[in-house]
Amino acid sequence: MPTKNAGDLKLWQRRTQRESLFHWMLWLIGIAIFAYCWQQISASTTWFFVWDAPRIATDIWTRATPPRWEYIAQLGKPVWDTLNIATLGTIFALILAVPIAFLAARNTTPSRFIIRPIALLIIVSTRSINSLIWALLLIAIIGPGVFAGVIAIAIRSIGFCAKLLYEAIEEIDESQVEAIKATGASRWQVMAFGIVPQIMPAFAGIAVFRWDINIRESTVLGLVGAGGIGLQLSASLNVLAWPQVSLILLVILLAVVISEWVSAKVRGAII
Amino acid sequence: MSDIALEIETRVGTRWKKPPFVQRPWLRWALIWGFVVYLIAAYMTIDVNWARVYEGLERGKQFVLAFTSPDFTSRSGDIYEGMLESIIMTVASSVVGIAISIPIALGAARNVAPLPVYLICRSIIAISRALQEIIVAILLVAIFGFGPLAGFLTLSFATIGFLSKLLAEDIESMDKVQAEAIKATGARWTQWINYGVQPQVMPRLIGLSMYRLDINFRESAILGLVGAGGIGATLNTAFDRYEYDTAAAILLIIIVIVMALEYLSGIIRARVQ
Repeated sequence: MPTKNAGDLKLWQRRTQRESLFHWMLWLIGIAIFAYCWQQISASTTWFFVWDAPRIATDIWTRATPPRWEYIAQLGKPVWDTLNIATLGTIFALILAVPIAFLAARNTTPSRFIIRPIALLIIVSTRSINSLIWALLLIAIIGPGVFAGVIAIAIRSIGFCAKLLYEAIEEIDESQVEAIKATGASRWQVMAFGIVPQIMPAFAGIAVFRWDINIRESTVLGLVGAGGIGLQLSASLNVLAWPQVSLILLVILLAVVISEWVSAKVRGAII
Repeated sequence: MSDIALEIETRVGTRWKKPPFVQRPWLRWALIWGFVVYLIAAYMTIDVNWARVYEGLERGKQFVLAFTSPDFTSRSGDIYEGMLESIIMTVASSVVGIAISIPIALGAARNVAPLPVYLICRSIIAISRALQEIIVAILLVAIFGFGPLAGFLTLSFATIGFLSKLLAEDIESMDKVQAEAIKATGARWTQWINYGVQPQVMPRLIGLSMYRLDINFRESAILGLVGAGGIGATLNTAFDRYEYDTAAAILLIIIVIVMALEYLSGIIRARVQ
């Protein structure tokens, strides 16, 4: 126990002198880095605009309220498109994620040194790039529209779903697999009767969870031209139609809240 | 006894079937049919211009090939500046976001905070989680002007919702006995938090912070699309000019940094737990 001598008293201390010195150094380095970052941000900021911000904010607020309610008639199709992008994207992603997850899980992969790293690389690279960037890329390749949005969401979701799924596969109860194997089942039968029933609840949970996230992401895909309600948002922003913007934001908020509620209910029912 | 005999009687000779995932038959069929109807409806309303898709495949091939020969050099100045700005935004917003979210997390834990504080903190979290980064960024760019400040504020705001919620859940599920023991020594409230609560949630806080740093970096890559600073603007320009080799270089850098961050956070989490 580290102590400090103060006269003839021994005082308890949390850390030894070396430890606390080390902590101070860490803090110092951290603060120095933060100060540098802040200085850089501050250098590339026009401070006049920042001091002016409260006026601009109230200005935008007065322009944006009340929302233009009659515009909602034109939002039906975009909302439906958004739903389709999220749902179809999730379905495609799951179809692709299942084989990748089986290839990536330690206990089911056919080859630990060649195929597993490839599967992990696919998982990491699809996960690290945001769906908006995928959408940008796909629009350049296959043209703007809902289809680009679906594919962007699908690619972005593969890594996420496959990662969670392969972790679920690695955590299965091996004795059940053993039992199926003992009956003389083939490799595919072991998979269908030994592994799949065990990961089914996790799979359903992952699917609904990702669908919920995808609803959020697909609402903004339209900003780069990939269909959905984001198209309306960017069109309204471009013509500075703030009452329409506020209505669209309300619709997006509502969609997010509903999808979160649905996903929480479904996951509650599964678990 | 006769019941079991009857059951055996009916089961002998019939083939075993895998039990279905959804137990109730009506729900199972409703789900399957609903799904099929939805798929048909969705397919009918999405108009895919297959000719355009076919045309684009050539460009897609070029992009994939660009990954084999990424061009780091010809736009190296822009890439360097954008990356540096992204990293700066990430670090600054993570620090500020974590610093703000700790008190909010304490306020949002029912076993630490009184009810009014709890409700206020929970509503802050709900607002921050419901609004998306890119939408917040659009509004903040409109208010504060172009530049990394808007991106920094956006990411800080998003960090609060994420970190406070998860940290508050961890505080709520902490071991009461340890906290009680500190209280029994006559500690003040601040001492109680510092010695009773903080050591219990510290490993999780560090893990979550690392994870959020990773997310913030990934998000900072897209904020440039709406003018909030970072590598996104460079990436967007590269796509618009069909400079796939430069775009591939940027994407590769992002992937490598994310992988490095994930590796680092794995090491740090293993150390603190």
